Amino acid sequence: MKKSYKIEVDCPNCAAKMEVAAKKTEGVVDAVVSFITLKMKVEFAEGVDERATMELVRTNCKKVESDCEIIF
Amino acid sequence: MSAKQKRNLLRIIIAVALIVALHLIPTEGATRFLCYMLPYFVVGYDVLFKAARGLWKRQPLDENLLMTIATLGAIALAFTAGDGDYDEAVEVMLLYQIGEWFQSYAVGRSRRNISELMDVCPDYAEIESPSGELEKVDPDDVAIGTTIVVRPGERVPIDGVVTDGVSTLNLAALTGESRPKQVEPGDEIVSGSINLVGLLRVRTTKEFGESTATKILELIEDVGAKKSRSEDFITKFARVYTPIVVCAALAVAILPPIALSIFGNAPAWNVWTYRALTFLVISCPCALVISIPLSFFAGIGCASRRGILVKGSPYIESLAKIRTAVFDKTGTLTKGVFEVVAVHPEEFDETELLHLTAHVERYSTHPIAVALRAAYLKEKDGCSVEKVEELPGRGVKACVNGRTIYVGNGKLMDEIGVEWRDECHRKSGVVVHVAEQGRYLGHVVVSDVVKPNAEETIAALRRLGVKKTVIFTGDGRDAADRVAQELKIDAVYSELLPGDKVAKLEELLAQERPGKETLAFVGDGMNDAPVITRADVGVAMGAIGSAAAIEAADVVLMDDDPLKIATAIRIARRCIRIVKENIWFTIGVKVACLALGAAGIAGMGAAIFADVGVMILAVLNSIRALYPGRLN
Repeated sequence: MKKSYKIEVDCPNCAAKMEVAAKKTEGVVDAVVSFITLKMKVEFAEGVDERATMELVRTNCKKVESDCEIIF
Repeated sequence: MSAKQKRNLLRIIIAVALIVALHLIPTEGATRFLCYMLPYFVVGYDVLFKAARGLWKRQPLDENLLMTIATLGAIALAFTAGDGDYDEAVEVMLLYQIGEWFQSYAVGRSRRNISELMDVCPDYAEIESPSGELEKVDPDDVAIGTTIVVRPGERVPIDGVVTDGVSTLNLAALTGESRPKQVEPGDEIVSGSINLVGLLRVRTTKEFGESTATKILELIEDVGAKKSRSEDFITKFARVYTPIVVCAALAVAILPPIALSIFGNAPAWNVWTYRALTFLVISCPCALVISIPLSFFAGIGCASRRGILVKGSPYIESLAKIRTAVFDKTGTLTKGVFEVVAVHPEEFDETELLHLTAHVERYSTHPIAVALRAAYLKEKDGCSVEKVEELPGRGVKACVNGRTIYVGNGKLMDEIGVEWRDECHRKSGVVVHVAEQGRYLGHVVVSDVVKPNAEETIAALRRLGVKKTVIFTGDGRDAADRVAQELKIDAVYSELLPGDKVAKLEELLAQERPGKETLAFVGDGMNDAPVITRADVGVAMGAIGSAAAIEAADVVLMDDDPLKIATAIRIARRCIRIVKENIWFTIGVKVACLALGAAGIAGMGAAIFADVGVMILAVLNSIRALYPGRLN
């Protein structure tokens, strides 16, 4: 299951940090962040709750980059 | 400008004003220190805050922390030296923030520019209420089969069939083709095209989510999701760059003073600490991290404006390296429809021969029959056509105005005992003979004609350094060889079954040098999906209205002009060149700054100036990929 989310972030390096943080989140198989399109594409593991997982992703991203937002 | 950009710009302006004021008003000692801290905090408080937060959360070193160490270090050095030279630290922070601001502004601008280019989807549909008024509705709510109204000047929101009205459509946003297209009732139209003149009523044939423009938009939004090798390289480089610079800074701070004291000189700790701090201000790989993906994105934007959809930056890289181009024949290099190319009657005139053939083929659906009917426009002229009999594998026999006419191949002519000839036409297409009860009337040559741009395409590819052009076709050898000869194609593989195509492609793929050369397969996307998927670059052509083709391919040509493949290669090459320029230029300037900084030639101010400057130049250079320059 893949889904795309809009994100808000200021610098490309921060976007890269978000990508790493999102990838490490439990329930996420893969995540790609594009600073150019301001999109995060997340591939969820089989059978996980997307919303709950995205909450975790957001928490993890905020940890590495306080100035970011994921809209879902 | 977003609220945040405005706020940051204001901070920068205030800091600049304060610095200028401090230069004009002489201050001393502690007052001077406090005065200089004012602009420093105004412009850099968020960097300091993020650095502190990163430390607190035990995050790895980032540019905020390094900028903080460098500037605070410089202030400390100025303080201990007692010369009150706080200027430099404040200016470094200021320049760093100017760079960040510019980056955010420029990327925001180009993001908007490119999205506007790709903005093909209207966000409403209009339907007529029973009272005759037009009502705007969410296109997602429009069911298949609903009649929508498209007024002149508006975009078609959903794919459908025109039921009422005559107009011309502009498909430029979809295909890059600026010549308008005439439509009348019965014609299929696709979403994203602009209605130019007349009011159209359209019965929708797809849901909004499945319509052409929506599909294209989805595809474009996913473009960033795949990363090219250059982008991967940059990501990896960025990850190691900062730690390497920090280690180098430590080495510069510690090793030379120790070496100096061993050789009995003064260690000059101050000087070397300052040089180490210079390293830290160029520790952010920002210029690379932003300009490389931006270049690719601009390149993709540039291509999409010309009706070429590239599904991600990796394909820009492989497009640029194409050395073998394999084409499907029918529908790709040829029009895929038979046309009458020659009429050779034995006795009466050409029109009469076409008249007869058209009548005999009145009820047939064979592609050749369609061509024969198309060649005689007034087929429904009231002549009587009776006793039509299809003779499988040979032709058709019918009674036209009481005369029994045979239309078919040589086999049929032999059967009815008629002498026939076609020597001059064996190579140029399918020959259809016509006879009437023992009398040979002549023949018509029907052929699948090559597209107008096909020859130019092959020539253009050759000029671009494509070494080998190949045709794959399921058609017979004669027809395939004829097209290959006409277009000057290097190799032909004819009479291939769909499975054979993949096997042949594998053979060709095995011949190329991996990583350096790529192979493109260009097909119409209808039944080439396995081959398109297997090729390094799968190109689907004439994809308007065909969601399956859009799905399977890496590069989608929205119209059916093969010349676009050459345009795509040119755009890709230019984009790759810009990416390379940015990589080498940026890394080069950074290395030069490090060297000059270590040697003490460039100070901290000069280093940050160069660093911000190179970032701005790299971003501007990336935006160049949006404009293709001369394409021919």
